[in-house]
Amino acid sequence: MKMKKTAYPYVLWLGIFIVIPLLLILYFAFTRGDSQNFSTFTFSLDNFKRFFTPIYLKVLGRSVNLAFISTILCLIIGYPAAYIISKEKVSKRNIMILMFVIPMWMNFLLRTYAWLTLLGRNGLINSIITKIGLQPLDLIYNDKAVLLGMVYNFLPFMVLPIYSVLVKIDKSLIEAAEDLGANRITVFSKVIFPLSIPGIMTGITMVFIPAVSTFIISSLLGGNKYNLIGNLIEQQFRWTGDWHFGSSMSIILMIFILITMAFTSKFDKDKEGGGGGLW
Amino acid sequence: MVNKGIKRLYTFLIFLFLYAPIIVLIVFSFNNSKSRGVWAGFTLKWYIELFQDANILKALYYTILIAVLSAIISTIIGTFAAIGISNMPGISKKIVLNLNYLPVLNPDIVTAVSLMVLFRFLRLDFGFTTMLLSHITFCIPYVILSVLPKLKQMNKHLAEAAMDLGATPFYALRKVVIPEIMPGIITGALIAFTLSVDDFVISFFNTGKGVSNLSIEIFSMTRRGINPVINALSTLMFVGLMIMLLIINKRTEKNELEKGEIR
Repeated sequence: MKMKKTAYPYVLWLGIFIVIPLLLILYFAFTRGDSQNFSTFTFSLDNFKRFFTPIYLKVLGRSVNLAFISTILCLIIGYPAAYIISKEKVSKRNIMILMFVIPMWMNFLLRTYAWLTLLGRNGLINSIITKIGLQPLDLIYNDKAVLLGMVYNFLPFMVLPIYSVLVKIDKSLIEAAEDLGANRITVFSKVIFPLSIPGIMTGITMVFIPAVSTFIISSLLGGNKYNLIGNLIEQQFRWTGDWHFGSSMSIILMIFILITMAFTSKFDKDKEGGGGGLW
Repeated sequence: MVNKGIKRLYTFLIFLFLYAPIIVLIVFSFNNSKSRGVWAGFTLKWYIELFQDANILKALYYTILIAVLSAIISTIIGTFAAIGISNMPGISKKIVLNLNYLPVLNPDIVTAVSLMVLFRFLRLDFGFTTMLLSHITFCIPYVILSVLPKLKQMNKHLAEAAMDLGATPFYALRKVVIPEIMPGIITGALIAFTLSVDDFVISFFNTGKGVSNLSIEIFSMTRRGINPVINALSTLMFVGLMIMLLIINKRTEKNELEKGEIR
């Protein structure tokens, strides 16, 4: 069938709106000059030199650290959930999985903001605590609140791919292991868990990437004192206007993501199904 | 028995965690006070005010207009692209598919700023056009990813048979290929629509001159205090989406039944 021509408009689109913009970011990252006037650009490594100073490295460290912890938390909380759901009857598990998707349909800024109502100084949780007679807690504008926001927003991204791998596991493999005398723990650790690793890896990628690059969760729940690398990039492009420095940070962020993907794709043999598994 | 109880409790706690903020939002859309956290009685006034708030209605208008346009355009480009890609030879197929994954896997913020730089480079005025172009750009890959599996499942010889029987390639595409991959196209269009409605990051960087969508409006409100009107609006949208979901669910159930009968 000679129908490959139908892809040409999109190939053109890919070139203009995906490849060229990334090349422009790369170009900006390695030049200095007046951001609004392309003729003033000269090659320079200053953007990267500036980034590799303690202030900015600390921000990068905190972003990676928070994203890492929230990914682990999502895995610890999400795996049992995915496992429990995958054991349910077909009709019930479809509804339960749908219940993980439905919250994503409400604007995520609003959902995150609603946590302020729950966690704030006069929020619902603190009013219960003070009713019991205890001192109110500082629940927002700290690292823990940002972590909570990340886990809250990205937990479904961990549960869905793990679930979709778990339900596809051939039941006869589990029966075979049981027939051969394996107990439930051995069946899980030797059969089910190893077979679910591709799902875990997809989940890790899908949680880590948005978590490491977010700037909204940190600015809503972290107050303004807890900057992440996403906040820095946002500031450079929206307020400070130093697009060169912003671009260099975008490149660094992309490198981090490439490293994560290289790590996770090692375990993920079924690569073409990886990203599509969620849908 | 105890084991089952623990499982129940665990799933209950997770769903409580996921739904607590949503319940709070919906409850406070009926609250007779502007402040968060204080319940001052039941009211419907925010729902009435919603239909008088010009800013929010304008943002809603742009959100829906951009979502509809970008869903339609990205579905058309994406469907044809998927058909083309599935007929490409090995290497170029791999290159295009990998490039297609870039906007999916890249952080939103990187896609957003790279498009922002491009639009500045092309000297486009930031506003409706730039926002629409950027939405189409991040929607197409998802359309392709939902159409491609359907093309894989399809019998390759169907279109060839149609053309052997005298159909022009375009006629074969219209009468054979497209109906066969329709479920994938519809899924792709729905994903594109919901992604566009929900997007904040990419819109935030690529809009200008009084054009804003609901997410941007909400973000600026979080700086100066949320107007409960927005709670009312999102409650309505949430209910609307739930109804849409029920309809889609009914449809797929019916489809599956019909498929079962054919078998």
